[in-house]
Amino acid sequence: MIGLKIIKRKPLPGWVKIIIPVVAVVITLIFSAVPILIAGGNLWKSYYYLFYGALGTRYNLLETFVKASPLIFTGLAVAFAFRAKFWNIGAEGQLLAGALLATWVGINFTGVPQFLLLPIVIISGFIGGGIWASIPAILKTKLKVDDVVSSLLLNYVMIHIMGTLLFGPLQQAGSSWPRSPGILEAARYPMLLARSRFHLGIPLAFLAVLIIWFINDKTVFGYQSKAVGVNIKAANFGGINTTSVILKTALISGGLAGLAGVGELCAIHYHLLMDISPGYGYSGIVIAMLGNLHPLGVVFASFFFSIVLVGAHTMSRMTGVPTYIAEVIQGMALIIMLISLLLTEYKIRVVRK
Amino acid sequence: MINEIFNTTFITGLIGATMRMSTPIIFATLGEIITERSGVLNLGIEGTMLMGAMTGFLVTFTTGSLWAGVLAAALVGIILSLLMAFLSVHLGLSQHVSGLGITLFSTGLAMFIYRLYFGSPIVPPTVEPFRQVAIPFLSKIPVIGPSLFNQYVLTYLAWLLIPVISILLYKTKIGLKIRTVGENPFAADTVGVNVNLTRTLSLAAGGALIGIGGAFLTLAHQNMFLIDVVGGRGWVSIAMVIFGNWDPLKGAVGAVIFGFLDGLQLRLQGLGIQIPFHVFLMIPYIITIVALVGVSRRAAVPAGLLKPYRREEKGG
Repeated sequence: MIGLKIIKRKPLPGWVKIIIPVVAVVITLIFSAVPILIAGGNLWKSYYYLFYGALGTRYNLLETFVKASPLIFTGLAVAFAFRAKFWNIGAEGQLLAGALLATWVGINFTGVPQFLLLPIVIISGFIGGGIWASIPAILKTKLKVDDVVSSLLLNYVMIHIMGTLLFGPLQQAGSSWPRSPGILEAARYPMLLARSRFHLGIPLAFLAVLIIWFINDKTVFGYQSKAVGVNIKAANFGGINTTSVILKTALISGGLAGLAGVGELCAIHYHLLMDISPGYGYSGIVIAMLGNLHPLGVVFASFFFSIVLVGAHTMSRMTGVPTYIAEVIQGMALIIMLISLLLTEYKIRVVRK
Repeated sequence: MINEIFNTTFITGLIGATMRMSTPIIFATLGEIITERSGVLNLGIEGTMLMGAMTGFLVTFTTGSLWAGVLAAALVGIILSLLMAFLSVHLGLSQHVSGLGITLFSTGLAMFIYRLYFGSPIVPPTVEPFRQVAIPFLSKIPVIGPSLFNQYVLTYLAWLLIPVISILLYKTKIGLKIRTVGENPFAADTVGVNVNLTRTLSLAAGGALIGIGGAFLTLAHQNMFLIDVVGGRGWVSIAMVIFGNWDPLKGAVGAVIFGFLDGLQLRLQGLGIQIPFHVFLMIPYIITIVALVGVSRRAAVPAGLLKPYRREEKGG
């Protein structure tokens, strides 16, 4: 009988930790050859158009930034929650909750000047997502309900709340399409570069990265949040109010996911739509893991994903490989990253039993 | 309107719909119970169901055989669960993250393969789905006869599996092995049970049921594959395992309650009642969450759940 033996290895030098995601990405791209070949795509042509489609022209490069923005927000959201072992799988629903509240503000706050309305819309999106994330946090801390399951199920509740509103009171007058009225001109994110969709949400995402990095490394709360993640019993014993820490972590996590929704609403669609997110919340889970739960890693992983997502369209057009290759690559990336992470801590030996 | 709700046609239809809608949840819940009882939380369930639904449909579409589709779905369920076993049992990776990885991977894969095979047709391709089979005599009983005993073979099978898996878990040696491995892997190892092998096989068995649950959606409940065909039913099944306190019988009760709400939603829509259908779609999920609140305090989680077993890390 052959089995695997997992042996703890000596700690590897720090640079290995940084190189690991890069190695995982390269391995993922190599493995991506399998679905490409199965789909009958020419290998070199496919990879060429994948990267050309994402980086090859000024417009495409800026589109990659546009796609990266919501991914950075959801990736940060999940990473921040996972760091405290708050298993927030609900970034998708929190994104929608944020977009929903921002839509309400963006439609109804007429007469407010842009410099005032934009912060209000952004904050409302943060609050919307935060409130939605606080439900599984409260259920977890007060009632011991598993956070994975409750945050997941709440995604579906939020989708149907949106459906109820978009087929009902929030539907644009005269539209047979489930979409809200357009948001006010003043609620739209300004475009920062001409002839592109490079919008305010992109620098905001980078700002969020810096803020979360600061919270994680330089604040008492960041320390407490991590302590809860490492060992909640010890943290409790050490005098940390773990309930309050988890709740605050959830609020920030959900708020970040909500900001992803605000960006899609205020810079891309201008109406609330049922499919305002093509699964950014779920991608955020993979991005957080691929980024090793570190804000900088999240940026790196988000760009990898947005390259794949944007590039897959060009690749699909030129080679006929379905665009869903992007989702396959995402899933593979997560699995490969997990194995790579394991290899940094353990050695694997094949043994005969 | 009240008359419409309380007439026998409606009630017969509602019971029938409950039976139908609970079938995939029963399969997936039972599959997940076997898996979790051995100490592994399989969050790959949602993606595995979708792959089962897609594979079942694809194989039936190409071979024309419904049962070949069901078998293929079971096989795909087994394969994905073996991948889960490799990651979470043999490599000892986080069960949460490995499972989510499998769901994301297989969701992408299901859509990728479907597109590859069928392209993007305006009208989705269909198969001739399973037909209901009436059980002689029993199906003639008024009201409950046509609803309970005029069902799909897979639905009868799901109901049959409830006692079968109960007996398997509580009355057989295999069941004892599975439960011991899930409760106290160290003790199991001491008495010579191969922990990782038992967990791997439990995952595989559970995966087969989860795959079949997915196939029911495209081969009986509907006759086509749509991207949102599973629509969270895998996650609901995870909730039902908790709701049922890791017991097949109680888990199935949860699945039937969910099926009832799902069926009610369908039947009321059918009556043209003026409540937005999304409100109905929401209700089962909200009630599931509320039910979790009710049971979570007294949950009897298998003690070995979520913990990879490494002999040398005893007690760690």
